[in-house]
Amino acid sequence: MPNDYIHIILADDDEDDRLFFVDAFEELNMNTKVNTYNDGIELMAYLNSEGALLPQVLFLDLNMPKKNGIECLNEIKANHKLSDIAIAIYSTSASEEDIEETFVLGANIYIKKPSSFDDLKKVLSEVVSINWQYHTNGLNKDNFLLRM
Amino acid sequence: MKLFIKFDFNAICKKVLETKLDQFNIKYRILAFGEVELLEKIPSENYEALNAALNDFGIEIVESQKSILVQKIKDAIIDMVFNEDAGVNVKSSVYLSEKLGHSYGYLSNLFSEVTYTSIENFIILQKIEYTKQLLLTTDLSLTEIAFKLNYSSVAHLSTQFKNTTGITPSAFQRIISKRRDRAQQKS
Repeated sequence: MPNDYIHIILADDDEDDRLFFVDAFEELNMNTKVNTYNDGIELMAYLNSEGALLPQVLFLDLNMPKKNGIECLNEIKANHKLSDIAIAIYSTSASEEDIEETFVLGANIYIKKPSSFDDLKKVLSEVVSINWQYHTNGLNKDNFLLRM
Repeated sequence: MKLFIKFDFNAICKKVLETKLDQFNIKYRILAFGEVELLEKIPSENYEALNAALNDFGIEIVESQKSILVQKIKDAIIDMVFNEDAGVNVKSSVYLSEKLGHSYGYLSNLFSEVTYTSIENFIILQKIEYTKQLLLTTDLSLTEIAFKLNYSSVAHLSTQFKNTTGITPSAFQRIISKRRDRAQQKS
């Protein structure tokens, strides 16, 4: 089918992490369109704006100033217009409590930020391809939990 | 008496295409030569019927032929995983090539080319999805599920679950049940 590109958004206050993220997708050549936001307030303003193009996957950094990842996650899950977006937590922390808490709050994917660019590419390509499987094969998104 | 005629192949093809596409009520735009853009999704039965109708004129849909076959592979796999009577006892490569009438090598290459994943991975993903569903909707233990899905041992299923999702089957159950508790508290 035409127009089968995958729309991806990242909200992260760290400029380097945003750059690596965009570069990784550019090198992956997966027919993706990537937008980034610098914090939770910017992100939510976009998602709530009239006619916003909603992403298939939203990558959320947990520690952001002004509005953190958990607050964004709660707002997104409480809004039925946004509740279909697959949420990937993208964090430097890999504490079991953070992981379980965000899954319980409705996140689908938990990624500990990889330390090398090659690992980042591998992780992102896997996430997008599994999400794509869920998206195109009508799998039950409520049961979609993935930890990388 | 003889008639002498001149053809314009382009015009003929275009007219045939338009007539057939209209006949199936498909919204389309004819782009360059040999390329038609569909403006809405059409069900796969219609695809096949359209293709058959075009074949009468020597016209063949090239690209979506592949996607139809990929869809058939997926359907066959889902049937194999979710329906125990479908013959899970034979090797999946044998099952698929017999059911679809192509060699497994051909099916496997085509699948990877179109979906960016392999048949093997797709089967694992489906089995793990089925395991999740059984864990949440039945009282079956993981051992019983492993047996039902023809795993050699519960450890094998448990490892595959962890490798595919990054979490253990019991963590999965715990998270989903906490989610449900939360949803109940809210309402």
